[in-house]
Amino acid sequence: MNVVLAKTDTGRALSDSFALARARLPGAGKVADLRRQAFDAYERAGLPHRRIEDWKYTDLRVLMREVLPLAAAPDRAALTRADAALKLHAIKSVRRLVLVDGVFAPKLSDTADLENGLGIRTLREVLEGGDAALQAQLFTPDNSDSMVALNSAMVTDGLVIEVADGAVLTQPLHIVHIASGGTPAAMFTRSLLRLGKAAGATLVESYIATEGAKAYQVHDSLVISIGDDARLHHVRLIEDGREAFNISSAVVTLGAHAHFNTFGMTSGASVSRYQAVVVFAGKGSRVETNGVNLLNGRQHADTTLFLDHAVPNCASREIFRAVVDDRGHSVFQGRIIVRPGAQKTDAKMMTRALLLSDEAEADNKPELEIFADDVTCGHGATTGALDESLLFYLRARGLSETEAQALLIQAFVGEAIESIVNDDLRELAIAAAQRWLAARG
Amino acid sequence: MSAVQETVDRVRRIDVDQYRYGFETLIESDKAPKGLSEDTVRFISAKKNEPAWMLEWRLEAYRRWLTMTEPKWARVHYPKIDYQDLYYYSAPKKKEIGSLDEVDPEILKTYEKLGIPLREVEMLEGVVRPEGERRIAVDAVFDSVSVATTFQKELKQAGVIFMPISEAIREHPELVKKYLGTVVPTSDNYFATLNSAVFSDGSFVYVPPGVRCPMELSTYFRINERNTGQFERTLIIADKGAYVSYLEGCTAPQRDENQLHAAVVELVTLDDAEIKYSTVQNWYPGNSEGKGGIYNFVTKRGDCRGDNSKISWTQVETGSAITWKYPSCILRGDNSRGEFYSIAISNGHQQVDSGTKMIHLGKNTTSRIISKGIAAGVSQNTYRGLVTAHRKATGARNFTACDSLLIGDKCGAHTVPYIEAKNSSALFEHEATTSKISEDVLFYCVQRGLSQEEAVGLVVNGFVKDVLQQLPMEFAVEAQKLISISLEGSVG
Amino acid sequence: MPLLEVRNLQVRVEEREILHGLSLVVNKGEVHAIMGPNGSGKSTLSHVIAGKPGYEVTGGEILFEGEDLLAMSPEERSAKGVFLAFQYPVEIPGVTTMTFLRTALNAQRKARGQTEFLVPDFLRKVRKVADSLNIPMDMLKRGVNVGFSGGEKKRNEILQMALFEPSLCILDEMDSGLDIDALRVAADGVNALRSPDRAVVVITHYQRLLNYIVPDFVHVMSKGRVVKSGGKELALELEASGYARFDDAA
Ligand SMILES: Nc1ncnc2c1ncn2[C@@H]1O[C@H](COP(=O)(O)OP(=O)(O)OP(=O)(O)O)[C@@H](O)[C@H]1O
Ligand SMILES: [Mg+2]
Repeated sequence: MNVVLAKTDTGRALSDSFALARARLPGAGKVADLRRQAFDAYERAGLPHRRIEDWKYTDLRVLMREVLPLAAAPDRAALTRADAALKLHAIKSVRRLVLVDGVFAPKLSDTADLENGLGIRTLREVLEGGDAALQAQLFTPDNSDSMVALNSAMVTDGLVIEVADGAVLTQPLHIVHIASGGTPAAMFTRSLLRLGKAAGATLVESYIATEGAKAYQVHDSLVISIGDDARLHHVRLIEDGREAFNISSAVVTLGAHAHFNTFGMTSGASVSRYQAVVVFAGKGSRVETNGVNLLNGRQHADTTLFLDHAVPNCASREIFRAVVDDRGHSVFQGRIIVRPGAQKTDAKMMTRALLLSDEAEADNKPELEIFADDVTCGHGATTGALDESLLFYLRARGLSETEAQALLIQAFVGEAIESIVNDDLRELAIAAAQRWLAARG
Repeated sequence: MSAVQETVDRVRRIDVDQYRYGFETLIESDKAPKGLSEDTVRFISAKKNEPAWMLEWRLEAYRRWLTMTEPKWARVHYPKIDYQDLYYYSAPKKKEIGSLDEVDPEILKTYEKLGIPLREVEMLEGVVRPEGERRIAVDAVFDSVSVATTFQKELKQAGVIFMPISEAIREHPELVKKYLGTVVPTSDNYFATLNSAVFSDGSFVYVPPGVRCPMELSTYFRINERNTGQFERTLIIADKGAYVSYLEGCTAPQRDENQLHAAVVELVTLDDAEIKYSTVQNWYPGNSEGKGGIYNFVTKRGDCRGDNSKISWTQVETGSAITWKYPSCILRGDNSRGEFYSIAISNGHQQVDSGTKMIHLGKNTTSRIISKGIAAGVSQNTYRGLVTAHRKATGARNFTACDSLLIGDKCGAHTVPYIEAKNSSALFEHEATTSKISEDVLFYCVQRGLSQEEAVGLVVNGFVKDVLQQLPMEFAVEAQKLISISLEGSVG
Repeated sequence: MPLLEVRNLQVRVEEREILHGLSLVVNKGEVHAIMGPNGSGKSTLSHVIAGKPGYEVTGGEILFEGEDLLAMSPEERSAKGVFLAFQYPVEIPGVTTMTFLRTALNAQRKARGQTEFLVPDFLRKVRKVADSLNIPMDMLKRGVNVGFSGGEKKRNEILQMALFEPSLCILDEMDSGLDIDALRVAADGVNALRSPDRAVVVITHYQRLLNYIVPDFVHVMSKGRVVKSGGKELALELEASGYARFDDAA
């Protein structure tokens, strides 16, 4: 039975579906209560639609229509297919942690010889037997967003990673979400990364599918806490199958004098939404959040960022670039709030969209909400086509039209990609962008 | 005397609540019974001697309104309005005003106090005026009715129709029928629908093809009665190749209770026509504790219906307890142009949610938005704007700059732009900044001898200069003074 | 009575002491030069005299014609005749230089109980001063310092000084950014103001300026103190040997 819109005839069926899946969902007692509450919240609101201001440009009642049933745990065949896919997306010298159809796959993962201060467990373990504080932290994401609520209710597995005070990891962590591509199904995952004081880490997340995977849905969420003086470099690459849905949420909290550098690129999936909340909870911290959407066909990708400057003396920089071809639709919503008393906040956001076809669409909603006066805040947004005079200049120097376009597009997304701190990861993102350009022909 | 000094002197002369238009005019009035029902709508229509089609139009709107709910999306908060506790019609008692001499002298005095000359003679002969100074034709609306329209004869010679809309409904039904509700449909939004049902007066302007209106037209709105909503309706049509500049000003007495103002303004430009619409809005903002003040829920929209036509909105918003207002342009004709220049100042407990919509439908349409928001006291000031280019609007261009200035750390300034491009040849540029007045700049000014208050006034006037320049001269001077007055007491 | 007397001044900025007991006496009719390495506190001193917020005076006093200057607001000091030509003049967008000059001049006059200038008189006066400083009137129609070159900003400061006729002129590195001709013109402007009722304090790094504006006294500042004072020959000494030998003294 599929999980469909709430408040319809199928409302009962929906509850049944949750009841049915429940036996497979880890955690009892308090955890089960939290799931129940989350599910009630989802049921009340149903799939988000355009009348919900935050979802104005991504109406899931139109785009998604229904939530697919929970994916079965991967069997041997699924794992074999996943292994083949992994080889194509391997990244050198990282510690790989693999989730196949929403379930941790130890055989495909690399959990041996953990560096000092690094602890890795599965979400299932923590929900079934973990300490209450960790469980509570796992359920901090706000259920007032119904997709977060659904994720809270249905989550089956994920990773719980802890980096001790002062531990600075040299090896990047790489969480890979793979859809094995069997029957159409939904996977619900949630991961937690906790960085202690003065800790350091690099986290990469990839979303991929096996060759020829059909429609599937990824419902993922991530909870990150960055301790005082700690730093996290974070890269997300959405290269899901072309029929996939990917709805991901992240909640990031920074302590004092912490640093968070994050970059996200979406070139895959049919419909995707990444919504992140970044909360400055300690003074003197800095965040750079950058992103690129590379879309064609009928792809729809929505990046919604919310930066919460709750304390003084923090800085944030957002750079976003969208390249939209065919009938693609790119959405960027960036909201910056500066709360009362958050003086000396320095927040800047720049979003630019490049439309390559007459039917492409780009919607931008950069928002400033400011309650403190001693701040410098600003945003800029531009939308347009490739600059004809630049194209001409390049062609006059002997480049073909496609070459000239490719060069300009690369330069356009370059500024966002350049911000990736880790050299290998930056190369990876550049390569992914080049693949997209090459496929364009 | 320098402008800044003049401002400061002026501020000293006004009372603690800083509102110099807060007096009340004691006259007898003719009111509809309190509350809203079909009977109220019929009463208003009957008072105006309206034809049956107009009554039908109103009733349809009223029925529609009953099914609607008040919008909640704006960043403004206010207690629930009891629509049954309001008067929907109030007119000065003296009926059938034939000439100015028949206008209640109290009302004339009111307008004199407000600095709005209604006597043409005075305007022409009273003072020696510099060569070439423009004259302004005024339509004065007092509570629900228009009390005087000046320069009618001269305008008639040029073929320009400028009269209260209640008269236009009787005298030019074909024009009113053709255009009323075509830009802001009766079903548009809660407040516009309410207005459609109960509007009592407002101005009507028609400028015939090829005519450049020989003078500025102006309407001056004044709410006087207690518990009275003001629902005026303005309709301006510039026919092919015509041009008109229209000014609107508003004030209200100082009262403890809130007063509702829900106006609708519709502008239509045909091929090659242009309308320039300027507003200086100075409704009573409430006292220093946030008590009283006008709720200003206004729907203003222009339709560039013809090719190469242009509509330009300029607004200086300093008054009202709550402002909910988005003067917009529908750029339907090819090569049409929309402009929005805005200064929105909030102080005390004021809440402003204002901005514009530029809807690009025709080819090669252009728009420009310059918004300056200034928040002081414990006020909240939001810019909300939509720029959208539809599939067929090839070559659409928009430039938007919205800057906010915060004075003090108890207020809020917010920017909520929606930028939607649905074709690749659209070119949009948007930039927004929020800051406070630089300490270094203030110090520079005081080092040269200015007081803190003067320095702030000077910097603020510099900040809004781009917009002030868009106003007709007479208004610009008035607006500049108003800005400094509105910010009085904001630096501590 | 000295025009300006700084006694044992101690100043802190954000918890850090910048001036550690600085003293200086300036009499009417005198020209003083203050020299010293970067960061020695020259601008800080000028800011404190003008009353810039953000500085905490933790000790000492400043007397202006015998009155407690520190008790006055910046605009009162300005009206009393304290003028500071800034090392880094700010830009004020949207406010034309002309409007600014008139507003400031009249504010000062009013504070002194003088009548305000009428527009034609004012224009005449500005034109005369601008001409003498080779400043085109067109420049005055632009926003204050907006889009001015470094040298133009400095000239605008000198223009204001000449227009306001202050009794104490403090010039913080007025020579930086000026070309050689502009420097001469600006110096002439300063010299024209020299009078028995007025004093000038020039802060500079270069002896060259002192060839044009010849000082009566030269002070060397180092690490927040005046470490040596002398006649104009001290500047020549400095030019030859640098500041190194004063470091110990501080
Ligand atoms: N607001 C401030 N916050 C922190 N330190 C400051 C501040 N203002 C000045 N300082 C410090 O005070 C010291 C003196 O600065 P000041 O500008 O007075 O030097 P100066 O002698 O004018 O130098 P220069 O020759 O480079 O103009 C410097 O070390 C400077 O960094
Ligand atoms: Mg200095």
